[in-house]
Amino acid sequence: MNFNETNITNLHNQLVNGEVSATELTKESFKQIKNTEDDVQAFLTLNEDAALKQAAALDQAGIQDDQVLAGIPFATKDMISTKGLRTTAASKILKDFKPIYNATVIEKLNQAGSINVGKTNLDEFAMGSSTENSGFKQTKNPWDLTRVPGGSSGGSAAAVAAGDVLAALGTDTGGSIRQPASFNGIVGMKPTYGRVSRWGVIAFASSFDQVGWLTKNVKDNALLMEAISGVDQHDMTSANRSVPNWAANLDQASVKGLKIAVPEEYVSDAIDEDVREVVQAALKHYESLGATIDTVSLPHTKYGVSAYYILASSEASSNLQRYDGIRYGFRADDVKNLEDVYVRTRTEGFGEEVKRRIMLGTFSLSAGFYDAYFNKAAKVRRLIVDDFNKVFEDYDVIMGATDASTAFPFGDKITDPTKMYMNDALTIPVNMAGLPAMSLPAGFSKKDGMPVGLQIIGKPFDEQTIYNAAYAFEQTTDFHKKNAKLGGQD
Amino acid sequence: MNFQTTIGLEVHVELKTNSKIYSPSPVQYGVEPNLNTNVIDWAYPGTLPTLNKGVVRDGIMAGLALHANITKHMHFDRKNYFYPDNPKAYQVTQSDTPIATDGWVEIEVNGKKKKIGIAEMHIEEDAGKNTHTGQYSYVDLNRQGTPLIEIVSKPDIASADEAVAYLEALRQRIQFTGISDVKMEEGSMRVDTNISIRPFGSDQFGTKTEMKNINSFNYVKNALEFEEKRHQQVILSGGTIAQETRRYDEATKETVSMRSKEGSEDYRYFPEPDIPPLDVSDEWINEIKGEMPEMPGERRKRYTNDLGLSDYDAMVLTQTKEMSDFFDEAVKDEADPKRVANYLMNDVNSYLNDEQVDLQDTKLTPANLAGMVKLITDGTISSKMAKKVFKGIVAGEEPAAYAKAHGLVQLSDPKELQPIIDDILANNQQSIEDFKNGKDRAVGYLVGQIMKQTRGKANPQVVNQLLMKSLNAQ
Repeated sequence: MNFNETNITNLHNQLVNGEVSATELTKESFKQIKNTEDDVQAFLTLNEDAALKQAAALDQAGIQDDQVLAGIPFATKDMISTKGLRTTAASKILKDFKPIYNATVIEKLNQAGSINVGKTNLDEFAMGSSTENSGFKQTKNPWDLTRVPGGSSGGSAAAVAAGDVLAALGTDTGGSIRQPASFNGIVGMKPTYGRVSRWGVIAFASSFDQVGWLTKNVKDNALLMEAISGVDQHDMTSANRSVPNWAANLDQASVKGLKIAVPEEYVSDAIDEDVREVVQAALKHYESLGATIDTVSLPHTKYGVSAYYILASSEASSNLQRYDGIRYGFRADDVKNLEDVYVRTRTEGFGEEVKRRIMLGTFSLSAGFYDAYFNKAAKVRRLIVDDFNKVFEDYDVIMGATDASTAFPFGDKITDPTKMYMNDALTIPVNMAGLPAMSLPAGFSKKDGMPVGLQIIGKPFDEQTIYNAAYAFEQTTDFHKKNAKLGGQD
Repeated sequence: MNFQTTIGLEVHVELKTNSKIYSPSPVQYGVEPNLNTNVIDWAYPGTLPTLNKGVVRDGIMAGLALHANITKHMHFDRKNYFYPDNPKAYQVTQSDTPIATDGWVEIEVNGKKKKIGIAEMHIEEDAGKNTHTGQYSYVDLNRQGTPLIEIVSKPDIASADEAVAYLEALRQRIQFTGISDVKMEEGSMRVDTNISIRPFGSDQFGTKTEMKNINSFNYVKNALEFEEKRHQQVILSGGTIAQETRRYDEATKETVSMRSKEGSEDYRYFPEPDIPPLDVSDEWINEIKGEMPEMPGERRKRYTNDLGLSDYDAMVLTQTKEMSDFFDEAVKDEADPKRVANYLMNDVNSYLNDEQVDLQDTKLTPANLAGMVKLITDGTISSKMAKKVFKGIVAGEEPAAYAKAHGLVQLSDPKELQPIIDDILANNQQSIEDFKNGKDRAVGYLVGQIMKQTRGKANPQVVNQLLMKSLNAQ
């Protein structure tokens, strides 16, 4: 069986009809992980025993028609707390940390009977765009092992592209679901801020962080998103809004007359030509499906990266203070006094990029600098929100490139933080405004043959329009049918 | 040179909510360390705060009780600092948008009334507790997340006496709202002070010194008076006051330097992203106004106008809510208010002082005090007997039963008393003669004899009546 060649609905029918068992699917997942893991290195921790136990229990009880996600294997970004299962945020400071409670998304998926096969690699505390900042290992792109999988949800994206699982949970603070989805030729959706509970999701930047899914196809993504969305009494920032049946409501025809805005900043010269070509071709395809396309401007996009790195780093500098070596996680050896515990634990436990952002954030919040940095960045954030609001007065969705390039080779940007940060220029504004957005496989680079993603941005809580537009494209193109070299193995 | 003193007070009041401000852990004292804690209190990765609406409600009530303006649109802020009793390494407080601003309380010092302004009040979380023994330090997070209101005075306080009067007024008003026990000895009310002096007429404040966590009103007074004098002496001898935090040493009654304020900590405040901004509606404020218990001033008015107590009595009875509530409960069933008030202010108060207990910790009930007062009023017991009955009711005894069991019942029945009087008169012919000759002393002697005969149980009023009647008939 090849997870890249099937989908949740098919597998569900087979499970209900008894053509396949949850145990078989789970074993299939671990078999594929074993086949690819030496090359891809997508996982930090495997959950084999518990997953097989859960699958056996499901098979014993029998999977009913309404349990659409039961028995479906998925992977979890190691930023999300799993009870009793090591959760590290890819940081040495949480090296052997086992949470004593489940994140709400994990609880919901347990309820649904989905099977968590393991925890995927990421940039430490989700800070990075290539997964090279992991404290433990380097995940490789299944399409080309010399290239990065993107980040920070690089392990999740690689696991899906490699066919290890049908879907993987990611988190997206500045593009961490969409950019790796683009680099791995899969569907990556970040829902509206507040749509999915953050309870149990290790905090990087609280006002930006949002959980979402990386999947092989659009409908699977919609099905899974329904399962994890909704208000949660543990998270005051979760939105008290009903969750639509995105998957059942998928409407290919609605693309006719869809008003698409394309910001000039999202197709500009700053974007590699091979990427631009794919995006322009995708937009042409939408026109051929009956959508209208206008060029607009999001003029404050150019300030997005700077403002984001101030705001997100400020929140991170506060959120990461709790890792002090006292209550859990790593503690430095041979410490002399309290200050020594703090300083040595944090010096030895955090990686370079995390320290850089803690310093940046601490500086931005300091007395005398707050107004010039944090406050000014917060104002830019409001201007970016206004930019989007204005465009959405006249348009249904915004489209453009997800990223300026395809997956780049290892070491290409890691030595130059600002070059790496600019990588997120097109995904960051969406997080600044809390909007839902997807990266959809849109084609392949003529230059290097790597996948290219099309970014589709929607109005707040209008995930349906994004899913519809993406579904219409997917159903009328063949790009999604091509699999990564490693993912194609049967 | 003459100096003018300016004192600022920051008062922390612990709220009596069932659960913590940002987590569902119970607020409870004297339990095993870290029993009342959960993943939120430990700041486990991925945990988030949920705001206890009851704390906002109590904060609004406190604001209303202190005549402050309630903030309609507020958010919370993070105050960042590392310390083992602060697991998140930030305290969630209110820096930009305090829950209430611009309030006041009235104080009276040496007969002069004065309004002391309150700059702002905010709601926030308490820290845990560190203890150090020998080689080890221990952290107890039971207190972590306990809701607090911080009340910051305006620079209106000009003396240590005014400071104490302000604290008393604050404590009294907060206590009457019922949102806190406001007990300094238990830490549910904590006081930080700052003081500076300047030459009269100067528009520049002098350099402040601070003292944190002074734990009784007396110490506040002593510490501020000591600091005031020290500031004067330093300045008059040509020195300058260093901006610093000092500690009051209860043994020596002096303040000593703790740490310099130079290079003060930078708390890097910023808006708390995990708690959305909060809107307070007029409806909610009005609802809370409707739930506001009767304040001391209103009670005093009721005691003087409706119950006929003196201003002084009304003032004493409303010093604490417990006393005032006790009084209201005791007089609600027609016990004489004046008598109840007298017992509370005298016998009960000296009992509490002798035993060093609080009213609510004794076995005395309002019903039993009322019962005893009624026995006095209807002549069943004398006030002398009442002294003994009082010993019974503070031990939880029912007064009528106790009086009966201990033979503390007056002889008031003329049918029982008349034969005794007749007998005494028959044996004291000389006294009858003396009475007839206008010697009033004879009456006193005869009453004494009757009391002796009845072992003090005769009702003096009835005895007097019957005796006069018998003497006049001789």
